[in-house]
Amino acid sequence: MEAVFSNFDEYLKAFGVTLGLFVVSGIGSLVLGLFLASLRVGPVAIMRRAAALYVIIFRNTPLLMIFIFMAAAMPKLGYNFKWVEDIEIAGWSVSAFFVRSTLALTLYTSAFVCEAFRSGVNSVDLGQAEAARAVGLTFAQSMRYVVLPQALRAVVPPLTSVQVALIKNTSVAAAFGMAEATATMRAFTNNNADERIQIFLLFALGYIILVEIVALSSYVLERKWKVA
Amino acid sequence: MRPRPTLRRFTAAAAAAVLATSITACGNAGNDDSETRDVDVAENAADEFEDGTRMKELAEDGKITIGVKYDQPGLGFKGATDDMPRGFDPEIGKILAGSLGIAPEDITWKETISDNREPFLQEGEVDLVIATYSITDERRQVVGQAGPYYVTGQQLLVRSDNDEINGVEDIKGSEVCSVTGSTSLDNVKKEGAKPRGFDTYSECVDQVLDGTVDAMTTDGTILLGYAAEQPDDLKVVGEPFSEELYGIGYSKDRPEMCQWINDTLTQAFEDGSWEEAFDVTLGESGVDAPEKPELQSCDA
Repeated sequence: MEAVFSNFDEYLKAFGVTLGLFVVSGIGSLVLGLFLASLRVGPVAIMRRAAALYVIIFRNTPLLMIFIFMAAAMPKLGYNFKWVEDIEIAGWSVSAFFVRSTLALTLYTSAFVCEAFRSGVNSVDLGQAEAARAVGLTFAQSMRYVVLPQALRAVVPPLTSVQVALIKNTSVAAAFGMAEATATMRAFTNNNADERIQIFLLFALGYIILVEIVALSSYVLERKWKVA
Repeated sequence: MRPRPTLRRFTAAAAAAVLATSITACGNAGNDDSETRDVDVAENAADEFEDGTRMKELAEDGKITIGVKYDQPGLGFKGATDDMPRGFDPEIGKILAGSLGIAPEDITWKETISDNREPFLQEGEVDLVIATYSITDERRQVVGQAGPYYVTGQQLLVRSDNDEINGVEDIKGSEVCSVTGSTSLDNVKKEGAKPRGFDTYSECVDQVLDGTVDAMTTDGTILLGYAAEQPDDLKVVGEPFSEELYGIGYSKDRPEMCQWINDTLTQAFEDGSWEEAFDVTLGESGVDAPEKPELQSCDA
């Protein structure tokens, strides 16, 4: 225990990086996933197929492979994202490693988010969409005002599962240059062989807390959006 | 029906060709062993040890399990198609096994990564750990470490065209990669560099070549091995800035092994087999064998 508590700032910083990876790729995957889902249920055949192809590619590829592609293949193709390090907003800038990691996590998770949203849209009775179109709403309007508000309720539990998986998937970044929780845990156990089990448990606890925060807020949302 | 016989003849020829290639392939694989040196195997070794010691048990069984690394060229490396790990660590293992009368082919090698070296020793999964295992006080709380059999220091590997980093004093603020969770990475972090952890050294070297990180760090000998592979693109810079004493791990329940390890190492220092082991492994990259390290007493 002492090894961790005497370096508690390291522990917090490590989970800070984990949280950063989660928040950025979480928002990214929700946006991209929602967009893909709209394409998949949309009226344009080519877009439907393109979105379906995206899901096939990224849902069926191991996350590790996407990471390897980002870290090993992209720099060789000339995309190392070094340019982001020159952008500075209010004294803050992100590293190319962070961008590559969040990009890998976002691309991967979006496929699952898309499917969760699609299942939500499918849970809304077709008659609703037909009625919306019948009163003259465009496709975008009928999605925005009729289908999605109802779908959102149905989609909270599966979406929570996807985001919880994302929190834990951030640990893959440990082997790709990010000093997040799992990487820091390995540094701790390497330096403190005599406290291995305690260190492991403390880091597991950190993940449990993070996941529980997301899970609890999803319960709150579920209750809030519930229609009597 | 005409083409049939021709086709059949073709397949037969193809099969013969494949067979021939596979035979030559086998022959080649066998030749790889010629690089290694001959190992002295003691006869009737079991008589030399007192009853009840772990050495006696091992010598009587004629078998020993040794944990080594599989991903560090020169020190402990096993390619996907290799039968046995090669490197300085396995050579030291062979010397130790030899003193128990155990021939190299009777040694069971097990891959130990940094994280499982202590658990493997504590659970008796391996008898010895010879895996770039730096001697530290924390580790000595849970396992025994005899030696050191080798002393090395951490250095930096950069691209040949990099003029900015000439030593550890230049790495502040730059990105330096090594293996996730390693001591080397911790050390450069203390020097103000941004640590970038990867799973293996080879991935890390790729990052240096791609220019995604500025430098790679770990023990100088490993870096020299990579620099020797690509002398036009990579170079090792700066003086060593840490001292790592590689020790041999054994179970704390078997303290008698320490003296035996030290005695065997002393003998290997004296009869030249230690130097020979160095020359056929780490010495391949053109480095001369360093000074023999001073062994630490087992009484401590």
